[in-house]
Amino acid sequence: MADQILTPRGELVAEPPVDTAEAVRLLRAMIVARIYDRKGSALQKQGRLATYAPFEGQEAAQIGSVAALAPDDWLVATYRDAAAMWMQGYPMELLFAGRTGHELGGCPPDPVNVMPPSITVGGHMVHAVGLAWAERLHGSSRIALTLFGDGATSEGDFHEAMNFAGAFGVGCVFLCQNNGWAISLATAKQTAAERIADKAAGYGMPGVQVDGNDVFAVYAATRTAVDRARAGGGPSFIEAVTYRIGPHSSADDPSRYRSPELTESWRQRDPIDRLRRYLESNGLWGADQQDDAERDAAAQVERAITAAEALPALTAGEIFDATYAELPAPLAEQRRQARELVQEV
Amino acid sequence: MPTITLAQAINQSLAKALEELDDVVLMGEDVGLTGGVFRVTDGLRDKFGADRVIDSPVAESGIAGVGFGLAVGGIRPVLEMQFMGFSYPALDQVISHISRIRNRSRHRFTAPLVIRMPYGGGIGAAEHHSESTEALYAHVPGLKVVVPSRPRDAAGLLRTAIEDPDPVIFLEPIRLYRAVKEDVPEESFHVPLGAASVERPGNDITLISWGAMMKETRAAADELAAAGTSAEVLDVRTLVPLDRQTICDSAIRTGRVVVVHEAPRTAGYAAEIAALVQEHCLYRLEAPVLRVTGWDTVVPLKRAEHHYLPTVARIVAGARRVLEA
Repeated sequence: MADQILTPRGELVAEPPVDTAEAVRLLRAMIVARIYDRKGSALQKQGRLATYAPFEGQEAAQIGSVAALAPDDWLVATYRDAAAMWMQGYPMELLFAGRTGHELGGCPPDPVNVMPPSITVGGHMVHAVGLAWAERLHGSSRIALTLFGDGATSEGDFHEAMNFAGAFGVGCVFLCQNNGWAISLATAKQTAAERIADKAAGYGMPGVQVDGNDVFAVYAATRTAVDRARAGGGPSFIEAVTYRIGPHSSADDPSRYRSPELTESWRQRDPIDRLRRYLESNGLWGADQQDDAERDAAAQVERAITAAEALPALTAGEIFDATYAELPAPLAEQRRQARELVQEV
Repeated sequence: MPTITLAQAINQSLAKALEELDDVVLMGEDVGLTGGVFRVTDGLRDKFGADRVIDSPVAESGIAGVGFGLAVGGIRPVLEMQFMGFSYPALDQVISHISRIRNRSRHRFTAPLVIRMPYGGGIGAAEHHSESTEALYAHVPGLKVVVPSRPRDAAGLLRTAIEDPDPVIFLEPIRLYRAVKEDVPEESFHVPLGAASVERPGNDITLISWGAMMKETRAAADELAAAGTSAEVLDVRTLVPLDRQTICDSAIRTGRVVVVHEAPRTAGYAAEIAALVQEHCLYRLEAPVLRVTGWDTVVPLKRAEHHYLPTVARIVAGARRVLEA
């Protein structure tokens, strides 16, 4: 059974890893994430986002894990991890900008150590290993957290990342959001391993499985792994068992591969509801706070989408300008041709 | 100035880079303790330590992907693929991440790394050890592709590649590692990327090649000279970015062009050069551009490899066809 601190009914079964102020901060962050995510799906249906990969149901796994990082630690995550990226400082308008189809969505401001989201599955975990290693070579105590899904653990680069990290004792934390489905393939068909966390043993690193819808459990496991990495203790693996409530992407139809009853059963384990119930039962949250959090989140999301849509598209010349540090002559010639076609020159 | 082989020149250049640039590390399979299967990195681990000359697990994608993370994190990794034919597991990292992170992040994150690869046939090696797939890499936006044929160029181009702000694929001709010697300065120096070398001026025909086939191309020029034909020999040195000016200037002057490479012909890099020449020089040409290349087959194993690689005789025969057209 996966480690749990907070039951779906919001009852503590172990000591909470954060104080009440931090618990309130986590709830508010998850509310922002939920509103962002629903807005993303809605905007895609209106044709305002190109594609959208919803993460509803996974808010605790993303917010809880990133909450255990230092502000300048590295985060290397995927197209389904907007909540985590935002929590680590990636501006929300740039997350939206990327989904509208704008390259500036991949350019977080300088102090933010968050890589643009990986679009291919599984290729990014090795990057986190390299980043954490670079920090060690520079004598810094920054570590790297990488997020990925159950499907990514079947990719060869998962093995290479885990193996490199283990062999060199790199300060990298691997967090698998096992959300049950890799598009249509159930986790049980993805691997014969009983628990994905068991794979960690093969790489000489600790592996734990936690209830990924329990923000306290995710935070506690990540905190332990982050502290270990920062102290030079090497990599760790965390499997956060969760569920993707929505489709894989805006192009997916989950009714082809899973029952509505299954999805409904996971709604009963909603990560936001359980933290809210816990805080309510302790007199720390009520209708006023809920209204306030939702209003704030909606306004923040609105501002972000407005800013994203206001970004002017790249010009014909600009599509060339970040291919190299300096444009080589043959490419400068193509740039001139492309600009002529649209009368930029 | 010592007279050294191409392999020694690369070793010397790597040593200078490790000595002078604090952020350079080497990583690859067997590059440390044994000094690499071709001994190109011999002695560097002893001199600079295992933290900077890193023996990696046997994992090409990991070498490229972890190297990418190192580069984004401010290190300058010089990565080695043990043979070009072993580099394909790393292609996803090269194409999907290394080549395009600058564009994906609009310059916020960059991958200033070098991937060294011994390449090419002619040493009778096992399957997969004789590949010459430079066109794969030349096709990918965001990469630079460098192929030296001489010790001095190898050292100077490698140093420039290491300091380049963008990722560079650096191809080392296996069969020239110890086949050519040259005076190479002991101090560090740069040879610019994107500049072809007019190795030998000539008036009647232009022979264009790079890397390992330069040896046969030079010999073909000697043979043509003995028969009274003045061949201009160009060593392209950098496939990307390509020095179009030097190539077109020569094509216009001689009016006759042969491009030589050992890679398969179809969609090989000679096609790019032939297209360039016809786009810019057609009305100054006296004959169609000819390609002398490997065949569109798998590189044969040791006992039949001589059927595959372009020979001096094939290059001379090709040149005569162009001269007589």
